[in-house]
Amino acid sequence: MMGTSALRRVGAMILRHVYVLRRSWPRLLELAYWPTMQLVLWGFVTKFFMGHSSWVADAAGVLISAVLLWDILFRSNLGVALSFIEEMWSRNLGQLFVSPLRPMELIGALTFMSFLRTLIAATPAAFLALPLFDVWVFSLGFPLAAFFFNLLVMGWCVGLTVSALVLRFGLAAESLCWLGIFLVAPISCIYYPLATLPDWLQMIANALPAAPVFEGMRAVMFYGVFRWDLFWQAAGLNALYLTLASALFLKMFQIARERGLLLQQGE
Amino acid sequence: MGLGSEGSAASNGTDPPEPPFAMALNSSHPVIVADGLGKRFGDVIAVDSMSFQVRPGETVALLGGNGAGKTTTMAMLLGLLTPSAGQVRIFGADMVHDRYKVLARMNFSSPYVDLPRRLTPRENLTVYGHLYGVRSVAARVETLVRDMEMEAFVDRPMGTLSAGQDTRVALAKALMNSPEVLLLDEPTASLDPETGDRMRGYLEGYRAETRAAILLASHNMAEVERICDRVLMMRDGKIVDAGSPSALIGKYGRENLEEVFLHIARDGEVMGE
Repeated sequence: MMGTSALRRVGAMILRHVYVLRRSWPRLLELAYWPTMQLVLWGFVTKFFMGHSSWVADAAGVLISAVLLWDILFRSNLGVALSFIEEMWSRNLGQLFVSPLRPMELIGALTFMSFLRTLIAATPAAFLALPLFDVWVFSLGFPLAAFFFNLLVMGWCVGLTVSALVLRFGLAAESLCWLGIFLVAPISCIYYPLATLPDWLQMIANALPAAPVFEGMRAVMFYGVFRWDLFWQAAGLNALYLTLASALFLKMFQIARERGLLLQQGE
Repeated sequence: MGLGSEGSAASNGTDPPEPPFAMALNSSHPVIVADGLGKRFGDVIAVDSMSFQVRPGETVALLGGNGAGKTTTMAMLLGLLTPSAGQVRIFGADMVHDRYKVLARMNFSSPYVDLPRRLTPRENLTVYGHLYGVRSVAARVETLVRDMEMEAFVDRPMGTLSAGQDTRVALAKALMNSPEVLLLDEPTASLDPETGDRMRGYLEGYRAETRAAILLASHNMAEVERICDRVLMMRDGKIVDAGSPSALIGKYGRENLEEVFLHIARDGEVMGE
């Protein structure tokens, strides 16, 4: 269990990022901007397909829900990776790691910030879906929370992996923040069923938490069934990948200490 | 510029250390012990078999030209860099494996690291106060703002400060937890002579009041002559000579420490004992 001293250090790191967000309204606006634009775009696509596709017509909110859930995964990844890279941009890593802050506490703070940033980003779009397109995503109820947390944790895994690589290879690797997640987008089956993929790719897709989440979302929307098997599949994979991503981050931290990278990072 | 009233180190409200690392500062035991310390990056030997000790209340300077190994040595003392050979012990704790037991009692400043530019000095100090477990963070920040004369810019974003103001904030951050071991890399860089002089006075007062051990790297020889008890002269990653500033000046028959530094840095002969 985390002691009070450790919690205080995690809180200090959260405070550090909240100070930045609080001062910069353009940043807050930017967080909410992309999910809202995605919603508007896919909302009109949905409107068009409602009259041209029986599949979409069977569940009107399927594309909008998919795009909102994908954005949770994307924002969660960015929330971890950008919060970490911000320490490198500001050449602050050396200061942080001569303080009593442990790497696992930094991971704790990064994941909390990711949760906060994801909420700020996704909430306005989720509410706007009702007046704009008559889709109330919160009507999904408990399944929505289950999808949200599984995608949030998968975003942490990707973000931590990217942060570990940036720690090891420097800011030259920072574009992985934005690009890395798209590597898994085609096999996450966001907008189409898993069966669309060739058999060999389905096996790979099933090894990632995102595909069972989006399959589960379609099961709820088309058949009104919450698939516990898919939920546990995603949760189990997330537990495994979060452990591996944290271990990779700690390993890269150890290598950074051996190679003197902690004092050299920065723009 | 006076010393804050919160006193030293362990008494300043950071979480109490646990034995055996709670070495009292009034003892004469060295608090920093480097033993056969070495660091190699591929074929390059950055630091080679360095051994030295620093006792409570002592101010010791690491002097050497660019690339002599000063910053690498400091990084190993802080546990930021793993030595290739030898060992560093601070308050008896091995800095490779047990650094978290003593980090709350240490601090440092260096021109090679920054504080977040979007935060104000007050916000940065508050964050670091919590990271170091300082009990009354707001009060400690106020004390340091007063001591470092930062009132005029404490609520402005760091990115808008001058280099000299930056240096004062970095020093304030290094003193946030009233450290018992203070490592300073170029502590008065970018300060005008008057502010630099007051900062040196502050550090002297801080050491006298708290008996903190201070290790600093500086290219300001007048500063070293004024505030340091001992000097470790480095060249090519090794300590080539050591002694008090006055002893070294006498030993090399020079007028001041700068001339001794130039003699050694230019591959001049190192005098034996």
